[in-house]
Amino acid sequence: MFGKTENAGVVHGLYTDGEPIADTKAPAGPIADMWRTRQFEAALVNPSNRRKLDVIMVGTGLAGASGAATLGEAGYNVKVFCYQDSPRRAHSIAAQGGINAAKNYKEDGDSVYRLFYDTVKGGDYRARESNVYRLAEVSANIIDQCVAQGVPFAREYGGLLDNRSFGGVQVSRTFYARGQTGQQLLIGAYQALERQVAEGTVQQFSRHEMLELIVVDGRARGIIARDLVTGAIETHVADAVVLASGGYGNVFFLSTNAMGSNVTATWRAHRKGAYMANPCYTQIHPTCIPVSGEHQSKLTLMSESLRNDGRIWVPKNREDCDKDPRDIPEEDRDYYLERIYPSFGNLVPRDIASRQAKNVCDDGRGVGPLVGDFRRGVYLDFSDAIQRLGAAAVEAKYGNLFDMYARITGENPYQVPMRIYPAVHYVMGGLWVDYDLQSTIPGLFVTGEANFSDHGANRLGASALMQGLADGYFVLPNTIRDYLAKGPFTPLAADDPAVAEARGSVERRTARLLEINGERSVDSFHKELGMIMWEYCGMERTEEGLLKAVDLIRGLREEFWRNVRVLGSADTLNQSLEKAGRVADFLELGELMCIDALHRRESCGGHFRAESQTEDGEAMRNDDDFLYVAAWEFHGGDGDGEMGTPVLHKEDLVYEAIELKQRSYK
Amino acid sequence: MNLTLRIWRQAGPRHQGELRTYKVKDISPDMSFLEMLDVLNEQLNAAGEEPIAFDSDCREGICGTCGLMISGEAHGPEKTTTCQLHMRSFSDGEVITIEPWRANAFPVIKDLVVDRGAFDRIIQAGGYISVNTGSAPDAHATPVPKRNADRAFQAAECIQCGACVAACPNASAMLFLGSKVTHLAELPQGQPERMARVVKMVDQHDAEGFGGCTNVGACSQACPKGIPQDVISTLNFDLRTALRGNR
Ligand SMILES: Cc1cc2nc3c(=O)[nH]c(=O)nc-3n(C[C@H](O)[C@H](O)[C@H](O)COP(=O)(O)OP(=O)(O)OC[C@H]3O[C@@H](n4cnc5c(N)ncnc54)[C@H](O)[C@@H]3O)c2cc1C
Ligand code: SF4
Ligand code: FES
Repeated sequence: MFGKTENAGVVHGLYTDGEPIADTKAPAGPIADMWRTRQFEAALVNPSNRRKLDVIMVGTGLAGASGAATLGEAGYNVKVFCYQDSPRRAHSIAAQGGINAAKNYKEDGDSVYRLFYDTVKGGDYRARESNVYRLAEVSANIIDQCVAQGVPFAREYGGLLDNRSFGGVQVSRTFYARGQTGQQLLIGAYQALERQVAEGTVQQFSRHEMLELIVVDGRARGIIARDLVTGAIETHVADAVVLASGGYGNVFFLSTNAMGSNVTATWRAHRKGAYMANPCYTQIHPTCIPVSGEHQSKLTLMSESLRNDGRIWVPKNREDCDKDPRDIPEEDRDYYLERIYPSFGNLVPRDIASRQAKNVCDDGRGVGPLVGDFRRGVYLDFSDAIQRLGAAAVEAKYGNLFDMYARITGENPYQVPMRIYPAVHYVMGGLWVDYDLQSTIPGLFVTGEANFSDHGANRLGASALMQGLADGYFVLPNTIRDYLAKGPFTPLAADDPAVAEARGSVERRTARLLEINGERSVDSFHKELGMIMWEYCGMERTEEGLLKAVDLIRGLREEFWRNVRVLGSADTLNQSLEKAGRVADFLELGELMCIDALHRRESCGGHFRAESQTEDGEAMRNDDDFLYVAAWEFHGGDGDGEMGTPVLHKEDLVYEAIELKQRSYK
Repeated sequence: MNLTLRIWRQAGPRHQGELRTYKVKDISPDMSFLEMLDVLNEQLNAAGEEPIAFDSDCREGICGTCGLMISGEAHGPEKTTTCQLHMRSFSDGEVITIEPWRANAFPVIKDLVVDRGAFDRIIQAGGYISVNTGSAPDAHATPVPKRNADRAFQAAECIQCGACVAACPNASAMLFLGSKVTHLAELPQGQPERMARVVKMVDQHDAEGFGGCTNVGACSQACPKGIPQDVISTLNFDLRTALRGNR
């Protein structure tokens, strides 16, 4: 427990306190009227002026593609960037489960208010009410838009859309397209985007990576990007810049994110003045396929729906861990979730299921192959379900997931229990934005997983897809116009000092990475960083561990800039160079995440501080001291890998529409 | 297991390429094919040779980024994507040849990486339904019979990987094209533009330098998502109807 001690982050000089954030720019008045008010009050841009206004969109996932397409339709001049070879490959494509919307098609008591309430509660009361309410409000329009685009959602025999309940909520509000909702939604947004490319309103830059933000007179005015095919460093200027660059879960090296997912776009903006909010809030998903060996490059998610019929257990005795699970008698099995949470059992929320899996493995009762000297896995057993429902019924429900499991592990889950283990999956943290989705740099907007705004300390299933499309189709196009109405801003010359500075810093950094020519590969640094993050800033965090992590990361970062080996040249496709730039930024982000986790001396959602738990080991929030968003300002350190002491700005969270409560699942 | 790899190396679009031989040792059967290449790349990096460029992103079989010709088969011996292929499909001592997709419309950028921009341009030519944001009617306004919805979904499963082109002796992209045309043609929302769409997309397909379809069927066999050949029948049917000006 924390007594009345000084915060260790302050004691060790890891951060300083700054001015609180006074205003989120949400309109005054009742929450249900805010969005209408804002849409009305946001200035309009005359249609004939729109084509004189340039907008840069970094990212083509659900948030980016939907935003760029909609801005293109409105007539703005849009440039859209992604690092993949086609916009349709952004990592939104991998989402399986579904997308929430308060349509109440099932007449089961759903409403905008209930979706709003569930999201705030699910986020463990660390999200901003005004933004979440708007998200719930526009959710229904998303489904209309997607259906009109031809997104093939699951339907019933009568031809109407099907829904299911997802992630422990009691209403059926999740729309889905078998196990590939993300791909189908993204194809819809991608096709809308390509239509605008054909119309000439959007220019597409695939295989381009944003490496720096251009800020002129305090406003975001463009980006520096590298053409990943030719290596050319390009300057793109605009009247506003939008970052829809996704999440940074890859700071852990192993995660369910795509290989290229990165923090570079948002971290570069952070270094230029955009605050980073709640960076330590990470979602660790309980049902992923465990690590099989030291060469593992990424982790694969198995849909959460498996927990509806599978029973989770580990052996009671350590000696049984390497036995064939079928030979372990019932009385020697510990169905630990059913034991600890008799009423919710295997269906407890993600953060709780994950932490308990870690606990039993730390206790030496994990199963599966030894990785290092540790077994990271628990059984997810379908034998009861197969007995009760028959193998055919289980196959009809979960066949594709069982196949995927079999392909990856080489084991047959109809015969042997599956093995699962938690994996990093999503980050709730991201760049701080106001009600308009504008960051602390005027003209820089942030949408989708890249911002922090809607999920508090824990995200509910099927709500990230909803947020990405809400931001892109409906929120951003309405709020950005208020900013663009002040433009076009003064044209920028190529030799403007701010442009030259941004470009020069990218060129220097690229050259430096290639010159070091040390002894260690980029991947080896990335893996080591991931290990530090997972150990000390993963499912359970302590003061001692986090302090240690900060030191380790600093040491590793210093070594990186001295000893990394990046071969090849700057003027061709060079995947090692791309990775090196991303890992360099992760090495800075990791430190800030640890400082954020260290300063937040409470447990909330996915952030579990061992010092802040109830007597029976459950997370304990501290609303008296931590009912705020931590927004970090970058300070000092101009050189590569150099960071000064960050400054903490607090945005107080005010709950007016919803009453604060402790979560309990016992 | 120990393996011999013959891998296509090509420094850039205008360079000559060649197959070079590498050895890897102690490969675990649980590794994915791309993790095996990661191991080789670490080995090359340590030895001072530039790592082999190959594409991948999700490594879950859904983004369509990966794609290699593995001993002459697109995505290798199993019906899945390259990233979901595991080393247990190979045996100790095997010699594996690894090449990029080969097609005029997919020029090599470097080593095993090709340019599939042609696919985006085919979609730009008409692979969409024209509906601006905000102008959509309620999602339940038009019911879609489950049969059509299911076929639309099946066609929409295409991940735009290009294996069909790589497998086809004519380097035709008709399976990819047919899947998009079928996806949109099965839905009521796709009807107004149905005829114009197919003509524009086929024109773009031909302009990109993809070959014609001669019903070989290698495409469908190579397709990791099992897109059936009958989407090409739908494509042909729509194209004929459109050219006759019947609709
Ligand atoms: C396996 C998995 C399953 C999931 N399942 C669900 C689910 O069922 N329901 C749900 O609601 N959510 C789910 N999520 C979460 C959800 O998919 C993501 O949070 C969401 O799709 C993120 O969308 P986005 O548009 O913000 O970013 P992304 O889709 O990640 O797109 C990021 C874009 O930014 C570009 N980019 C990034 N950096 C740069 C740079 N430096 N320069 C240029 N371009 C850059 C990329 O090229 C890409 O186009 C899942 C996530 C994962 C990983
Ligand atoms: S049809 Fe199949 S093989 Fe061709 S691009 Fe689509 S998924 Fe790949
Ligand atoms: S890397 Fe995404 S499909 Fe293979």
